[in-house]
Amino acid sequence: MSRVLTCKNLGIDFGGLTAVNNLNMEIDENEIIGLIGPNGAGKTTVFNLLTKVYVPSRGNILFYDRDVTGDSTIQMSKSGIARTFQNIRLFDRLSVIDNIVIGMHNKLSYSMLDGIFKTPKYRKQEKEAYAKAEDLLEIFDLKADKDVLASSLPYGKQRKLEILRALATEPKLLLLDEPAAGMNPQETEELMNTIRLIRDRFHIAILLIEHDMNLVMNICERIYVLNYGMLLAKGTPDEIRNDPKVISAYLGD
Amino acid sequence: MNKVKEFIQYLFSPRKRSCTVSFLLTVVLYLVMSVLIANGSVSSLIKGLLIPLCSYIVAALALNLTVGILGDLSLGQAGFMSVGAFTGAVVSAVLQQHLDSNLLILIISILAGTVMAALFGVLVGVPVLKLEGDYLAIVTLAFGQIVKTLISNFYVGIDSTGLKMSFIEDRTHLEAGGKMIINGPSGLSGNTRMSTFAVGFVLILITLVVIYHLLESRYGRAILATRDNKVVALTVGINTSKYKLITFVISAALTGAAGVLYAMNFSSITPAKFDFNLSIFILIYVVLGGLGNMTGTIVSTIVLMLLPELLRELNDYRMIIYALILIAIMLITNNRSLRSLYERLFLRKEKRNVESTDL
Repeated sequence: MSRVLTCKNLGIDFGGLTAVNNLNMEIDENEIIGLIGPNGAGKTTVFNLLTKVYVPSRGNILFYDRDVTGDSTIQMSKSGIARTFQNIRLFDRLSVIDNIVIGMHNKLSYSMLDGIFKTPKYRKQEKEAYAKAEDLLEIFDLKADKDVLASSLPYGKQRKLEILRALATEPKLLLLDEPAAGMNPQETEELMNTIRLIRDRFHIAILLIEHDMNLVMNICERIYVLNYGMLLAKGTPDEIRNDPKVISAYLGD
Repeated sequence: MNKVKEFIQYLFSPRKRSCTVSFLLTVVLYLVMSVLIANGSVSSLIKGLLIPLCSYIVAALALNLTVGILGDLSLGQAGFMSVGAFTGAVVSAVLQQHLDSNLLILIISILAGTVMAALFGVLVGVPVLKLEGDYLAIVTLAFGQIVKTLISNFYVGIDSTGLKMSFIEDRTHLEAGGKMIINGPSGLSGNTRMSTFAVGFVLILITLVVIYHLLESRYGRAILATRDNKVVALTVGINTSKYKLITFVISAALTGAAGVLYAMNFSSITPAKFDFNLSIFILIYVVLGGLGNMTGTIVSTIVLMLLPELLRELNDYRMIIYALILIAIMLITNNRSLRSLYERLFLRKEKRNVESTDL
């Protein structure tokens, strides 16, 4: 199994505040990894570092053993890192299927003139893209809603659509930021199946931030625990559950 | 027969509907006007307005691409029109010595004006569009003023030895039989009028094709994604600065074409014609027609351009009434209860639900 992502001593400061410090993390192909920690521990900041929304102050990021620390957000997406957001961010004024096709932007290669003159190249690529998007919708049971505006979907489906848009970029590593936030137990159950389905079907690594411990303990193979921007513990769900440091971080001394 | 039915269904599918409507509207209006002109039932006043109207429609559609679709405010439409207009005039003056067909000269002039305006679009867009905020509005505002001042100090003449230019004062020293093309503050004079209503009509159609086809491609989706949420667009690998620049340059280029069409309709035109007021008028057409709504832009341009002419009998009061009508339209279109009435009458249920969730 090859290594997808390595973080070496990763850190970032905002002025005098150190938000993340000395983070070492490894993710292998086909793994589902949890990233947990109390509020304000720096979990989302880690995602922003991995997608270069923030530029790291220290340390390195390796993606398939290639140093990508200096790459831009766009390059990270092209390399194969895709993400969702804690507060759902869809393109509200576009249809469900268009939201997915936007994710395929860099998989299409026709030029602007091809688009304006609607050349055969344009027609072929567009047709393939929409067919592929329909396949994705089919797999994840959203096909009936394909022409609906993204903003009019119910909450659970919006979460799902955001994941599909990330998948449309054909990533090798998928970052999910609190995918179960605001979901009821039944929706959470469905989400777990979705996440497993993604891993099994697309063979990609998944790193997820989550507060729902039931979900984390159930589907993650390994867990990293952050506290005050530092790595507090790492290990299997069982190890984490019984780690006294983790328990005191969550419950206080 | 079935094929025809399918095609019509496709034309009026939600994805295609606005494109079809704006095309039909343009074609129908053109045919109606052509018939009326052939009948002789159009006053010369209105006839004289037709080509400027086409030109303003193109400029307003182009502006709607930047303001409505990309969501960035640009106040430099007059500047780009001016660049196109004077480039086109010079090119046409040169070509008249070599070509006979006025239509061909006009087409080449329009292309030249388009390219020149696009170059200026790149010049303005590259430094500005990387910034966040209202810098584009500020810089395009300045750009319009700068273009006006530059052209007011620009002298271009042509004689048997070729094109001669000078800046600030007239040092062209034309031979006998030579002709000034741009004469500083007095601008164009003795320009051969070549624009026709038909060319204006075709230019509107081309503009609509460019805008709608762009929107239906990955470029259009990238532009919409950039407007809706820049961070998300970046994380799905869309180079937002690049698509902002592309949109702005296409908008500038089309505006340049509109400028050529406008200038080639008059035998003389001053640089001061393309002033800040013109930019604002075009912006008003776009805003009142609806941001991102191309059909609305065409309608509002026609109505708002004809309105001052219809009010002409009121002499001094007409601009006051014009302003009052504008204010009234803005108040009415922003009135929530009137809007919800409109939605209840014309929008289907699903769409209404979406609207009500934003409120």
